[in-house]
Amino acid sequence: MPLKELFKTRPKYITIKAPGQAGQGALETKDKKEIPDGLWRKCGECGQTIYHKELAKNLYLCPRCNHHFRVGARERVSQLMDPGSFNELFTEIQTMDPLEFPDYPARVKRAQKDSALSEAVIVGTGTLDGFPVGLGVMESTFIMGSMGSVVGEKITLLIEHCQASRLPLIIVSVSGGARMQEGILSLMQMAKTSAALGRFAQAGLLYVSLMTDPTTAGVFASFGTLGDLNICEPGALLGFTGQRVIQQTIKQTLPPGFQSAEFQMEHGLVDMIVNRRDLRKILAQILRMHQPRGGEA
Amino acid sequence: MSNGFILDFEKPLVELEKKIEELKRFAAEKNMDMSGEIEPLERRAAELAREIMSKLDPWQRVMIARHPKRPTFYDLVGMIFQDFLELHGDRHFRDDPALAGGLAWLDGRAVTVLGEQKGRDTKEKILRNFGQPHPEGYRKAMRLMEQAAKFKRPVICMVDVAGAYPGIEAEERQQGEAIARNLRDMSMLPVPIVVVITGEGGSGGALATGVGDRVYLLEHAYYSVITPEGCASILWKDAGKAPHAAKALRFNTEDLLRLGVIDGSIAEPLGGAHHDPAQTAANIKEIVLTALAELDRFSPTELVEERYRRFRRLGVYATS
Repeated sequence: MPLKELFKTRPKYITIKAPGQAGQGALETKDKKEIPDGLWRKCGECGQTIYHKELAKNLYLCPRCNHHFRVGARERVSQLMDPGSFNELFTEIQTMDPLEFPDYPARVKRAQKDSALSEAVIVGTGTLDGFPVGLGVMESTFIMGSMGSVVGEKITLLIEHCQASRLPLIIVSVSGGARMQEGILSLMQMAKTSAALGRFAQAGLLYVSLMTDPTTAGVFASFGTLGDLNICEPGALLGFTGQRVIQQTIKQTLPPGFQSAEFQMEHGLVDMIVNRRDLRKILAQILRMHQPRGGEA
Repeated sequence: MSNGFILDFEKPLVELEKKIEELKRFAAEKNMDMSGEIEPLERRAAELAREIMSKLDPWQRVMIARHPKRPTFYDLVGMIFQDFLELHGDRHFRDDPALAGGLAWLDGRAVTVLGEQKGRDTKEKILRNFGQPHPEGYRKAMRLMEQAAKFKRPVICMVDVAGAYPGIEAEERQQGEAIARNLRDMSMLPVPIVVVITGEGGSGGALATGVGDRVYLLEHAYYSVITPEGCASILWKDAGKAPHAAKALRFNTEDLLRLGVIDGSIAEPLGGAHHDPAQTAANIKEIVLTALAELDRFSPTELVEERYRRFRRLGVYATS
């Protein structure tokens, strides 16, 4: 699956880590980078230069054009959950190198160092505007948010945990697809997570899929698109096959806006496009409307 | 025998086979007994075939899996099943000729069978999009599987696809959603599902009809998260490094068995499936019948539970 192609076509940002993300997992503190003061970021959309701290305060939205910058997994958790309520789960699940794939262990180490996360997803439970909920959030900077055994296992464990505890589930996706370095096992995570969602649905529980920029390939074709509600952020790239691969195959220029959030809404995939500023409010409203009646919590 | 298209590493074998045929023809024409000459050559040919096939590297395996003479879905269905009755369409958009399916008898038992048809000549290949389905193909497959569940027939999925189709319309009509839905709904289907990967088992396209109680791989077929070319061009920016990627992706039978991705390998005739399609079909049929006999012992609930567990345990990670 064309992981890199997709990311290449996106605007280039200066990559810096967001400051002030409270350490919730034991693993994240070790290699955490301090952010030097005075760093600026340039908006990929309107070119505006923005002081990083101002951007962080503004939910990583461009103050001028409302462009949605990518958000790290920790930052996303703190944007969505009630302060201090998130309890991270299944941190014991750690990456291995089942195929002895060239350079893979080094690649994982580097990703861990750069992202200050142990893998491309964090999962746990907490409350959102007081509503108990299970939450999984992917991290785009960790080998492009690709799904290998650990991502698949943690997502599946989260789904099973929510089913056992009768909790609604929110998964925030951002991914280039399956992780090639774990070969066929990565492909199998699509079946595993989708099967778990099948049971979760049969149990009558709510799953909200929030697809963010970019959500593609193996994650798009599994838990990404299987929400009772599929929601996305404005301007996000969402699709199965990477644009470069399509272009190489059909030898035509792609229509403008192809695979954008707006395109996907027009083509019936997503229920709504929600501005990040309204996200918590909308999610709370959805959760409230799915509260069990008659006190069976 | 493989006349027409010949792979490089098949050449010595094909040339020897040609010689044997010429000699036989000559002997027949002249009404001479040349068995003294022919027999050693035939023994040598068999040896050579064994030698070539035992030394196949992963990339050569891909070449065999893609061999233009490799038996297609229709070829195999005709030899494994009786009275194949093809059913068309996803009931929403169109009939996708890249993925065919329908009803058939398997030794006196009605089954649903489906799979990608790559096409044998150029015209058919184009019609069938080289066996790469659009979303409506996956949706047709799911429709036929749900129909099978209603009438309590087992499902046999034959897989031979390079991967999902990279096209604008496939995206517009949501192939991602179609694949995801198949993965979810196949995992809950209350009838036996036997999957046989007969050629290429490429990524999401293959998995979209691949969630079975038993998954088998023909000896020279391959099952991979991505084509070797795709992997090489992403990781090393050079599709020419595909042979290297084929090795790194570890889709040999031993690794796939070890990782629990497949339940067994189906032997191919010496030289590959294209050397003897009838024998290939017979080998597939035998395994499918054995699998169905095993699966018949499960109740629908047990079947779904076991299938869930089968996929649930896939993945390798540490728990520190």
